[in-house]
Amino acid sequence: MATMTMAKALNAALADAMLDDERVLVFGEDVGQLGGVFRITDGLQARFGDKRCFDTPLAEAGIVGFAVGLAMSGLRPVVEMQFDAFAYPAFEQIASHVAKLRNRTRGALSVPMVIRVPYAGGIGGVEHHCDSSEAYYAHTPGLKVVTPATVEDAYSLLREAIADPDPVVFLEPKKLYFASADAQLPARTAPFGRAVVRRPGTDATLVAYGPAVPVALEAAEAAREEGWDLEVVDVRTIVPFDDATVTASVRRTGRCLVVTEAQGFAGVGAEIAARVQERCFHALHAPVLRVAGLDIPYPAPMLEHIHLPGVDRVLDTVARLQWDDRPDPRWLAQGSAA
Amino acid sequence: MTTTPQAVRRASPRTRRPATPVAPEPTAGLLPQAEPVRLLDPDGTPLPPRADLPAPPVEALREMYRRMVVGRRFDAQATALTKQGRLAVYPSSRGQEACQVGAVLALRDDDWVFPTYRESMALTARGIDPVEVLTLLRGDGHCGYDPTVVRTAPQCTPLATQCVHAAGLAYGESYQGRDTVALAFIGDGATSEGDFHEGLNFAAVFKAPVVYFVQNNKYAISVPLSRQTAAPSLAYKGVGYGVPSEQVDGNDPVAVLAVLTRAVAHARAGHGPYLVEAHTYRMEAHTNADDASRYRDPDEVEAWRDRDPVARLEAYLRGRGELDDAAVAQVAAEAEEYAADLRTRMNAQPVVDPLSLFDHVFAEPTPQLVEQREMVRAELAADAEGDA
Repeated sequence: MATMTMAKALNAALADAMLDDERVLVFGEDVGQLGGVFRITDGLQARFGDKRCFDTPLAEAGIVGFAVGLAMSGLRPVVEMQFDAFAYPAFEQIASHVAKLRNRTRGALSVPMVIRVPYAGGIGGVEHHCDSSEAYYAHTPGLKVVTPATVEDAYSLLREAIADPDPVVFLEPKKLYFASADAQLPARTAPFGRAVVRRPGTDATLVAYGPAVPVALEAAEAAREEGWDLEVVDVRTIVPFDDATVTASVRRTGRCLVVTEAQGFAGVGAEIAARVQERCFHALHAPVLRVAGLDIPYPAPMLEHIHLPGVDRVLDTVARLQWDDRPDPRWLAQGSAA
Repeated sequence: MTTTPQAVRRASPRTRRPATPVAPEPTAGLLPQAEPVRLLDPDGTPLPPRADLPAPPVEALREMYRRMVVGRRFDAQATALTKQGRLAVYPSSRGQEACQVGAVLALRDDDWVFPTYRESMALTARGIDPVEVLTLLRGDGHCGYDPTVVRTAPQCTPLATQCVHAAGLAYGESYQGRDTVALAFIGDGATSEGDFHEGLNFAAVFKAPVVYFVQNNKYAISVPLSRQTAAPSLAYKGVGYGVPSEQVDGNDPVAVLAVLTRAVAHARAGHGPYLVEAHTYRMEAHTNADDASRYRDPDEVEAWRDRDPVARLEAYLRGRGELDDAAVAQVAAEAEEYAADLRTRMNAQPVVDPLSLFDHVFAEPTPQLVEQREMVRAELAADAEGDA
């Protein structure tokens, strides 16, 4: 057991995957000599040579499209999009080719690849560096969408992503890159498709993923003072989604709050809330609520703390989970117009 | 795969420079010729041979003629099938036979082709079963052939996106020690898309053995070339990426095959990508759903009839004594047989399995897909019971 950052664990996962499988190529912008702007690929070029870890022209559609061709030739590309919003030029390649090639060719061609995307905010980044872009990918059939919240998960999920026969969009919460934890590598945590209960509790379930998981855990700790014992479920893999673990938790607790950093409208949190409501209706003591980012373009750094769901906003929303069996006064006030 | 670092050579400080340094023209070998390469006059008369461009062997040209005739008949049959409602839509490549056939003849069977939706003729000329080629347009699947078997990517509808795939595949093949070449088809309109430029640039930077083959048929649906580019020719787009380029008369079968053969050889020899622009003309509308009379002058279309590539090659081969009436009739009969067989097989209603909708979304279906599959299965069972 050693203390390490998520960045280090991701780096170790890439190195171990390259060691185990010579088909694995790591490329993108500044990933070679520099080791990536977040140093996730640090040392890989020196260790494996510039044919296996290399810089490309600064063109995201080109990077992903090039990876499609490499995967067709039998290689295993792992590409880095430098930041969430910088990946948008690649979206056509991702949505029209990466996600669909297996289906279009009735399984004859597959394009196993990993598209690593540092995502979400909380680091004081200027505009176009802090988007929560998971909904775009999760809404695209054919992509697996994965986001770790712990150091060991970062290692294990990335190894699994590289070995997976399908393309994986691997979303790395930037604000957790340099958070440390005790970890034993090589870690093997729960596989794709399994959510994990990070904190058991009896009164309500907080469902979160990626950067929202530490927020939910902190809120759950703080909620003890209010007399609430909250369970926290970490989704881990948005696609494939683990309905079973989430619904089992909510049926047990009877209340559910979905916490996401992304803006809420039409987001992954909305999907989770709908799925919980469809499956747990008779076990629910309150409507499923959401705490999400505001429905605004990602704000300037000095205002991001208001945009991002924090512990207070989570606890305020937990308070609205009808603890005394009365309807939420907000809905009553709005009457039928709601 | 070895990753031996390249030896770094340093010039000795005592190395003398040549007394009279001659800087090579930086664009040497990159720019196309000012006029499209042409080896036959429009009437099939051979032009003087060129030292820099070996003429294709006559056996290859006879084969080219055969495939062009069969290809044109296939194209006409596919258009007819659309009118009969057997195909949802068909983008014809009539008039572009020299390009469609020349491209595949310049390649080996184990090379890769990255076609667009207008390359149905090229794919059949490559030997892919025409019913499999038309699966996309018949509507019973997205790609009827197995790309790994016929070394041909699915026909690409999102414009120019295949250009970067070709670069990646070609680089991946050479990285793994194979001498495969990739040829990416693209139209004039799609050269305005970013992925065309990213493809050229990636291929050049990584020295990927790719031939980018632009069929400039003058229109992107209705929009003329003048709205796509202000460049002297589309072949001039290579120089900015360090990619050698050539332009060719796309209705001159001999020139098309000669130029593409040279381009493929360049790529296979490890010199990186090559860009070829063929000047040709789409004789039909964009698809059967389009009305070309809204944007093209009939006189313009008529003028291109005089440059018909099939008649041109036939005249040339007849002039060389390589083709006679009997041979022409034999090829025509083969083409009729090909079309009749296609007609028969396309008239059979394809069997589609609704539950196959859930196949191949992922290697293994997600629990949610298993659930939806069960829902559809139950719906179908209920429908069947209702019908009974």
